Amino acid sequence: MHEFSIAVNIVEIATDYAGRENAKVVKEIEIEVGELSGVVVDALEFCMEAAVKDSILEGAETSISFVPGKARCNACSHEFEVHDFLTVCPSCNTPAPEVIEGRELRVKSLLVE
Amino acid sequence: MCDTCGCGQGKATILKPGEENSKNHGKTTHTHDGETHTHDHSHSHDHSHPRKVKIEQDVLGKNNLLAERNRGFFQAKNILALNLVSSPGSGKTSLLERTIKEKGKELTFFIIEGDQQTMNDANRIAKVGAPVVQVNTGEGCHLDADMVNRAVQRLEVADKAVLMIENVGNLVCPAMFDLGESSRVVIISTTEGEDKPLKYPYMFRSSNLCIINKTDLLPYLDFDVEKAREYALQINPDLKIIELSVKSGEGMDQWYDWLKQEMKD
Repeated sequence: MHEFSIAVNIVEIATDYAGRENAKVVKEIEIEVGELSGVVVDALEFCMEAAVKDSILEGAETSISFVPGKARCNACSHEFEVHDFLTVCPSCNTPAPEVIEGRELRVKSLLVE
Repeated sequence: MCDTCGCGQGKATILKPGEENSKNHGKTTHTHDGETHTHDHSHSHDHSHPRKVKIEQDVLGKNNLLAERNRGFFQAKNILALNLVSSPGSGKTSLLERTIKEKGKELTFFIIEGDQQTMNDANRIAKVGAPVVQVNTGEGCHLDADMVNRAVQRLEVADKAVLMIENVGNLVCPAMFDLGESSRVVIISTTEGEDKPLKYPYMFRSSNLCIINKTDLLPYLDFDVEKAREYALQINPDLKIIELSVKSGEGMDQWYDWLKQEMKD
């Protein structure tokens, strides 16, 4: 369950930034998770609940935005939606397109006071 | 992460064979600094308004930075670092044992063994005569770049050596953590399903070589090698595939040729 390690990393990053901002309270943390990032959003939400305990993030709202997968064909440059690594280009049938969106796993912002 | 309360403060233990710590039996030790957590609720009523702080930081950024440090170190010392990943029981340790026995005179091997618990694999490797450290991850399901960094310092890996990093047996989590390796080697065995590449695409997508082990058992199993190859290549058309049997030795030469080629590159 790597989602817990991921959640711990998120709390570390947020704690670091909140400290730099002299934040007393973190109201909200915004996280971006790509469809092909290898992280299950439900599992991450679950792990965040445990990971924020006794940190400045305790009580903050976790807002996770989901980034759908998008790929570009290596042969014809056609861009299309992907949900897995098996999708072939719908335009020319070339396999293994380059994933251009959906690998994101990022702490986007904090709402602090 | 900590195996006592999951607080993320625990560190993986890194031990050489014979260094087993009798006090904690290799478990992650755990200390909190005992600070009591109090909030004083005297507020000054100069109501500050919530403000948004942009961060835009990659969650795995710290690991990736450390992995690049490892990679630079390996390149500078001409070390071939391989990250060996698989399900538990595919034969990673047996592959290493045979490789060290057969090629230990031509190539210099250093081994990092990753498991949640026990020194068993490190002890097996030490028996065949290669320098080894065991990383026990405790609750953790994968090695990360920091653990490898610390293990490499303990190992004092020589120039031009082959560093084999045997990851925790798990086809999911280790896929996300770059260790700074030169190549990633995924191992499946014929006692598993041939659809492993489809079930665990992240691992097969991020690997450079796929070893199909236990080919000596093929007459007794329903494993379809051609299907396994087809699935693996659907996920990753650049994947090199070697079929071998660590037990019988069949196909091991292809693995050694691959190793020698990687050493040259």
